[in-house]
Amino acid sequence: MSEASVAVGGHAAGMMEASPFAIPSKKLVMWLFIISDAVTFGAMLFAYGYVRNASPDWPHPFQFSPSIVNVMLMTFILVTSSLTMLIAVNHAKTGNKSMAMRWTYITVALGLVFAALHIREWMGMIGQGVRPFQNPWGASLFGATFFSITGLHLLHVVGGVIALTVVAMRYGRGRYTGDDIEIWGLYWHFVDLVWMFVVPLVYLLNVAR
Amino acid sequence: MDSKAKSSAGMTTYYVIYVGILAIAALQVVFAYQHTEGAAMLARMLVLAIIQAGLGVMFFMHLRDEKRGLLLALIPATVFVLMMMNVIWSDSFRLIHMRAFPK
Repeated sequence: MSEASVAVGGHAAGMMEASPFAIPSKKLVMWLFIISDAVTFGAMLFAYGYVRNASPDWPHPFQFSPSIVNVMLMTFILVTSSLTMLIAVNHAKTGNKSMAMRWTYITVALGLVFAALHIREWMGMIGQGVRPFQNPWGASLFGATFFSITGLHLLHVVGGVIALTVVAMRYGRGRYTGDDIEIWGLYWHFVDLVWMFVVPLVYLLNVAR
Repeated sequence: MDSKAKSSAGMTTYYVIYVGILAIAALQVVFAYQHTEGAAMLARMLVLAIIQAGLGVMFFMHLRDEKRGLLLALIPATVFVLMMMNVIWSDSFRLIHMRAFPK
């Protein structure tokens, strides 16, 4: 018997390889994406640290009000959106489709509020004269690192909002399952985790005194 | 225990973690306004951020409920890559003092 016929025979007999780590392949792919994205954000934060450490005149522009208050509010909203996502996943697992969709849409709404606050923060910085390669206070690369790190995070939030909306709509129509809600929930929690590093490193280490 | 009761019991843990993560975020703001030396401040902020991220990964992302093999496949490799990025610091410190490396 040839190797090919053994393989075909094995397949037909239900001898397919078991799912790695006993999770759906889609979930494993999301985990691998999250890991690679974590390293991307890590590299950006390391690059920021390199430039900040090598610049004696690094600016400390973030006033308690409005910047730090705004950032605290953004943190509260993003962490709360993670909780609402967990509630959605919980309902999806118990088969309560309408509640799963409702809580996913609440998560989307919180993501939009976060994005709006993020843009308000950017507008405030731009209003003070911060540009990617110049600012009124000191090291010229401050703007480049600030806009690139927070911008990449904002891009992830907007991407998550779009993805969750599409997944919730398709879940409602029966094209997607509760697993898809859970898998995109992983992505949403990851976006939340990245913010937990962005806030202390980019904002809180540069507060105005 | 029916599925609804199980579900609400599971959510209680998440509410506790949620409050814990927010409390750590508040603590970071308090630390930011203490007059602490730069490296010590960075260390405090990083430790708190890692605790927050750990809680998020283990509970919100349910990594603690998955097979241990998944955790071992993902986390050590990620930490190793991030640790390798630390090679940049010697050059960063050299730049601030504008000293050439000894030949």
